[in-house]
Amino acid sequence: MARYESLLDACGETPLVGLPRLSPSPEVRLWAKLEDRNPTGSIKDRPALWMIRAAESAGHLTPGDTILEPTSGNTGIALAMVAKLRGYRIVCVMPENVSAERIQLLRMYGAEIIFSPGAGGSNAAVAMARQIAVDHPDWVMLNQYANEANARAHYESTGPELLRDLPTITHFVAGLGTTGTLMGIGRFLREKVPGIEIIAAEPRYGELVYGLRNIDEGFVPELYDPAVLSRRFSVGTRDSVLRTRQMLEVEGLFVGLSTGAILHAALGVAHEAVKAGRPADVAFVVADGGWKYLSTGAYDGTLADAENALEGQLWA
Amino acid sequence: MAIQVRVPTILRSYTGGEKLITGSGDTIAALLLDLDASHPGLRERLITPEGGLHRFVNVYINDEDVRFLGALDAKVNDGDTVTILPAVAGGASGLLMLAATASHRRLG
Repeated sequence: MARYESLLDACGETPLVGLPRLSPSPEVRLWAKLEDRNPTGSIKDRPALWMIRAAESAGHLTPGDTILEPTSGNTGIALAMVAKLRGYRIVCVMPENVSAERIQLLRMYGAEIIFSPGAGGSNAAVAMARQIAVDHPDWVMLNQYANEANARAHYESTGPELLRDLPTITHFVAGLGTTGTLMGIGRFLREKVPGIEIIAAEPRYGELVYGLRNIDEGFVPELYDPAVLSRRFSVGTRDSVLRTRQMLEVEGLFVGLSTGAILHAALGVAHEAVKAGRPADVAFVVADGGWKYLSTGAYDGTLADAENALEGQLWA
Repeated sequence: MAIQVRVPTILRSYTGGEKLITGSGDTIAALLLDLDASHPGLRERLITPEGGLHRFVNVYINDEDVRFLGALDAKVNDGDTVTILPAVAGGASGLLMLAATASHRRLG
């Protein structure tokens, strides 16, 4: 049955598709969970819906309330869609120099945008959001990095879907951002599948992005529990672009760059299984499609061109 | 043969500005001791007084996080590349993360 009462009811139940051409052998297979087939085109629709429902159940949100979110990413877009349908106002704070697609998309979903100075980067956006939150104590910040409903969305929906569709799963690979995807799906699969490997692929950006980081006061999301993971890979820009293009070229899937990084890690563990002579069913997440990243330069020219274009960008 | 180590911008004051240095050792712990001889002070920025890897430092051997390979006891081999990076979350809201870390930065 593919009929739903509303768009929100159509969240999840995404297809799991085999990748016969990218799979290294008939015994070691790759499977892609197409999370770009969610209402706003990314895996973030699940946590957005769950976080808003949880806030509603707890009495923190009632129609007419305002959600405040300092992000221009997939979570912001997903929250804006849910907010529109559930009757909330949403305010996104973002630097004035983010891409035109993001601004357009958020505005179409009815989000109000407060711009912070471009020169201050995202630093200024968050500082501004915090100030706004102080000035408006009745506005609700969902804080996806610490919100248990983020991981629970995957524990209750994505994880069970994966196991139902691929009972022989041996490895699960996903991106590491808020860590909600890996914590939720990882916990669920660990409870049900003895010996399963849960693998994180985190993006390694160009040097400019790390230039300012200080190692004394870094950030680890509150949701993160390393015990859920088996392994964790850092995937650079060039490998991510290469895999993103390979996915389209070989399997016809047009995906965003974070999914390229995830495929890189998935192929790594798949080839290890081949070498070890072990059968494997490696499932990974397609976090979103490539549409929102066309203007980054990732899909044009040579790999080196793309790598140069992405230097300094948070491409995942 | 040796082990290549990629150093993040923030730690290059210990390497004379070099982004790629070389060292030797059969574990991460041994490698860091070896590096400290040629780049004094570097090791101290990565290891806590209790002797563990600093919480906000990630170290990778050939792109794999050493915390899942035995941490400081993780084995390294000649020809490996070790990458040191400040902890940073990616994902679609990396934007927020960048800000969160940058807003706490302390230069020096």
